[in-house]
Amino acid sequence: MQQKSPPHSAADAHDHAHDHDHDYEAGALSPIALRVRALETVLTEKGYVDPASIDAIVETYETRVGPRNGARVVAKAWNDPAYLQRLRENATAAIAELGFTGRQGEHMVVVENTPGQHNLVVCTLCSCYPWSVLGLPPVWYKSAPFRAKAVIDPRGVLADFGVTLPPEAKIRVWDSTAELRYLVLPSRPAGTVGWSEEKLADLVTRDSMIGTGLALMPESVSPEALSKGASA
Amino acid sequence: MNGAQDLGGMMGFGPVVPEANEPIFHGAWEKRALGLTLCCGALGEWNIDISRHARESLHPADYLSSSYYEIWTKGLIKLLQSRQLVSAAEIAAGHSQQPARQTNRPPLKPADVDAALKRGGPCDRTIDRPAAFSVGDQVRTRNINPTGHTRLPRYARGKVGRIERVRGGYVFPDTNGHGAGENPQWVYSVVFDGRELWGQDADPSLSVAIDCWEPYLERL
Repeated sequence: MQQKSPPHSAADAHDHAHDHDHDYEAGALSPIALRVRALETVLTEKGYVDPASIDAIVETYETRVGPRNGARVVAKAWNDPAYLQRLRENATAAIAELGFTGRQGEHMVVVENTPGQHNLVVCTLCSCYPWSVLGLPPVWYKSAPFRAKAVIDPRGVLADFGVTLPPEAKIRVWDSTAELRYLVLPSRPAGTVGWSEEKLADLVTRDSMIGTGLALMPESVSPEALSKGASA
Repeated sequence: MNGAQDLGGMMGFGPVVPEANEPIFHGAWEKRALGLTLCCGALGEWNIDISRHARESLHPADYLSSSYYEIWTKGLIKLLQSRQLVSAAEIAAGHSQQPARQTNRPPLKPADVDAALKRGGPCDRTIDRPAAFSVGDQVRTRNINPTGHTRLPRYARGKVGRIERVRGGYVFPDTNGHGAGENPQWVYSVVFDGRELWGQDADPSLSVAIDCWEPYLERL
C-alpha cells in the first residue's frame, strides 16, 4: 500500500469554496457570523443559554477531545493483545478504560484493517463521527464530495488523499446510518517492534482512523517525535 | 425524506479536498454555532432525530450551498422558532422582545458541561421481543420513500444484503424524529455487495455496511 502527499496543495484547498466564512470579510462580519451573534444575544438575554457554557464546550473540543485520544486506543491495541480482544468484544467499554467516553462515542465499534481488507468510514446522511476519540470532524468529512463518493467510488476517494491500495485488496465502507460510531484500527507499520505505546501513537493519524489514510511509516516521523517517544 | 442530505452515490461534486493543517474551527462564529446547538439541545425541547430532520428538510439548494455550521444554525433557528422559544423578529433585532418560557430541562450550566459531554446521549434500549433476524440471514431492504425522517439511504433501498452483526435495540429515528416516541427496534449491520448497490460496473472489491433498524428489512 502506498501513501503519497495529497495532490492538492494547501493553497488549492484554501481557494476551494467550502466553509471559509471567516468572521471578517472586507472589515465587516459575514451574514452568518452576524446571525449567530444575534442568536446568541437573544438566547442569552432570555436565559436559555449561558455564554460561559459555550466557552466550556469549545474548550473541550479545542484542547481535550481530539484524534490524540483515538491514537492512544490504536497504539494500545497494537501492543496489547488482551486489550485488542476487549476492543473487539465491547469497543465502548475498552475505549472507556482510557477515559474516553461521551457525546458521539456512546456506541463504539472498532473495525480492523488487514492485509486483505481496508475499512473506510463515512456518514452519507449527515456527519456522524466518533467525537470521543477523534474530536470534531474535518470539513471534508462533512462535505458533499466525500459523502457522495465514498460509498460508490472509495478508491477514487483514497486517490484524492494520495492513497493507493493493491487491486486485490477488498474495501469495506461503513456508512454510519445509526448511532454506532466506527473507528478504523489501521495496520501496524513494519519496523515498529518493541516501540512504546506513546511512540506508536505518533504514527497514528486522524485520517488513518477514518480510513482515508494509513498509519505513518517509522521513517516519516520527525526526529523530535522520535526522541519524545524514546524518552518516554 | 428524499432530501439533499441523502448524498450517497451522487456525482458532480468534484474531488474530496482535504485542507492541510486544518483548524478545528474556521472563524469564531463556528465555535458559537456549535456551542449554541449543544446548549439549546440540552433544554430538552427536542431530540437528536428531530434536530437532524430540521437540517435535512432545508430546501435542497439551501442545504447544498451552505457550510456545515450554517446548516446547523439554520436547523437550530427553525427549531427555536417552531417551539416559540425565539421569534424571527427577535433574531432580526438581535435582542429579546418577549419573556422566556419554562423549558423541559434547565439551561446548561458551565459547571455541568464536562459531565454532560462525558455522559453523552446513549440511545440503546432494552427490547422485550427477540430479534427477527440472525447473523448470516439474507434480507432485502424495503423500498420506502417516507416524507418524514428516515435513516435508510436511497442508494440502499430495495437491495439484498446479509446480516453481519446484531447490534442491539436502539431508539427508532423514524418515529423519534417526529416526537412520536422512541419505539425501540433491533439494529443490524447489513452488508451489501458493491454490485448489488451500483450494478455490474461497480468496483468488485467493494462492500458497504449500513446499520438498519428492523422495520427497514424484510426476509428473503
